[in-house]
Amino acid sequence: MDFDIRRTLTRLARGRREAADSEEERTDERPVRTDGGASSTSTSASGRTSRWTRLRHSEAVQAIPFWLPPALLMGLFVYGAISWNLLISLTDWSSLLQPDYTDLSLDMYRQMPDDKSFRAAFRNTVVLLVAFTGVSLAIGLVLAILVDQNIRFENTFRTIYLLPMALSFVVTAIFWAWMYNPTTGTINVVLRGLGLDFLTRNWIGNPDTRLAAIIFALTWQFSGYAMVVYLAGLRAIPDAHYEAAKVDGASTFRMYLRVIVPQLSAATTSAAVVLMVFALKAFDFIYVMFGDNPGRSADILAVMMFRVAFSRTQWAYGAAVATVLFLLALTVVGPYLYLQYKRGDL
Amino acid sequence: MALVESETADETPDGTLERLDTQRIALYVVLVGLIAFYLSPLWGGMTTAFKTDAGFVQTTPLIPPTPEWFTLAPWQEAFGRLQGGLLNSVTFVVPATVLSALFGSLAAYGLTKLSWRGQVGVLVIFLAGVFLPYQSVLVPLRQFWSMVGLADLLSFAPFLAERVDLIELTITHTAYGIPICTILFRSYYKGMDDDMIEAAKIDGANAFGIYKRIVFPLSLPMFAVTLIYQFTQVWNDLLFALVLVSSRSNYVVTQSLNELQGSLAQEYNIQMAGAFIAALPTILIYVIFGRQFAQGITGAS
Repeated sequence: MDFDIRRTLTRLARGRREAADSEEERTDERPVRTDGGASSTSTSASGRTSRWTRLRHSEAVQAIPFWLPPALLMGLFVYGAISWNLLISLTDWSSLLQPDYTDLSLDMYRQMPDDKSFRAAFRNTVVLLVAFTGVSLAIGLVLAILVDQNIRFENTFRTIYLLPMALSFVVTAIFWAWMYNPTTGTINVVLRGLGLDFLTRNWIGNPDTRLAAIIFALTWQFSGYAMVVYLAGLRAIPDAHYEAAKVDGASTFRMYLRVIVPQLSAATTSAAVVLMVFALKAFDFIYVMFGDNPGRSADILAVMMFRVAFSRTQWAYGAAVATVLFLLALTVVGPYLYLQYKRGDL
Repeated sequence: MALVESETADETPDGTLERLDTQRIALYVVLVGLIAFYLSPLWGGMTTAFKTDAGFVQTTPLIPPTPEWFTLAPWQEAFGRLQGGLLNSVTFVVPATVLSALFGSLAAYGLTKLSWRGQVGVLVIFLAGVFLPYQSVLVPLRQFWSMVGLADLLSFAPFLAERVDLIELTITHTAYGIPICTILFRSYYKGMDDDMIEAAKIDGANAFGIYKRIVFPLSLPMFAVTLIYQFTQVWNDLLFALVLVSSRSNYVVTQSLNELQGSLAQEYNIQMAGAFIAALPTILIYVIFGRQFAQGITGAS
């Protein structure tokens, strides 16, 4: 069953037709496998190869050892865990004892509309999703267009704009908590330096600006990602499109607005979906800055879920909040995956 | 916003010289201004980390310390507190990264290079895992590991039993890394030339032989991308560690850093030094392997 790579390469050089010929020869020469008890599964119509042999050589069977172990591991932790979470959310488990799976109800979900802290967390999550994604996309697009102007040191600029993405939320939260410090933080110091004292404030201490401050810092961390996606999109647009727009006498701004940006819709969609997923995962950042209770002004579902389940041991309610978060992700990602599937990108 | 026309007239035929007009100058001013914005937290953190306790309060942030305020003490203090976390992180991040990349490569091979019905269906199952908010698995995850009782199973080896949190973390991160690793390898395998594989098939190689002798060696560049991506993700994670690692001696670096931040509310110089120490591995990887890093993060979309 083994093969020799040099012989393979030689055969490649000789061309496929010849190779195909030799395949027939080899098939004839191939000894019939009758090893093990499998031989009892009888022979095929031609009588030369057993069904067992053909089964062993079918790629569907050969593929199984490759994808099945990872699929099982992932299936257990991803799909098994999500189903289990759903089941837990139907119990009333809220102690250190074990959950009771015999008494299921939608009670946890029914109490959500009346829970002020849930409503605040839900609202903030949606605001975060929309504002963070929108701002990051806009900044990413501008960055990509600027970097795409045949500039020198393009690599250096790109590398620096993308650098924050290499950092963990823990690290960026520490940096930004310091940036936002009302007295010694860079933001207020710079504002004072520019004579804009009236703009200074306690950015993360003040409930009115807390969520905006979080969104701003997250945008700093992830706009480079949108830039990279947009750059790839821009590079895929043929030069002729730019030239045609110029011949038509369009200004640079109009050219981008009317000709170039519409062609970036695929990049926009995929970047938007990934950014929204980042936003849904922004737990680490808020947790490091504020602990598990950032207050109504900045609470998001991801943080609320952790607080409710792991600090207050209201496991069932935590699981229900987690389900809402999962459904929110599904409404974003589901249509995207379907679209990809329709386009044949899967 | 300065939008600049990139006319070919700006460049000589060999493209080495360009005429600097006002628009070009404005473009570079904006680009450098943006660099200042993207680097300001890091630059500010760096200057703060070298200042004495009195220094970071009394001097201007972003301005490097003068000799009277300069000190290395915050770095020593932060390193002392993060040492254990750094070591624990290395011990679980490396195996988790390698295992998830290997599983991803094997799965992607089985799902692209071998032809069988239902491939796309299985692939969608893999793909959907990428977009999961981890909150929706946390409670079952904690239940699962407490039910498995890995610590009891490992009681024959006290050293491993003490590190059970980290072993759980390794397996968990491996499992959740599989979807993205599969996607990364799949896009690479889709573009791979099939001639060699077909020739090997003709020579009677089976699927495993083809993977071992041809596909795996050819995947090494993609292994670099995937390992870099996964290393960054797993090293930077805090959430799973919070749920699975309870004993302080097993704290990973993000946990140690979070604790340092919490216990030293206003000691910004030590916090900043700690942030840099914890981020150093990923920053180094990013600076050295920038292209692979970018390839990895965009491969997810």
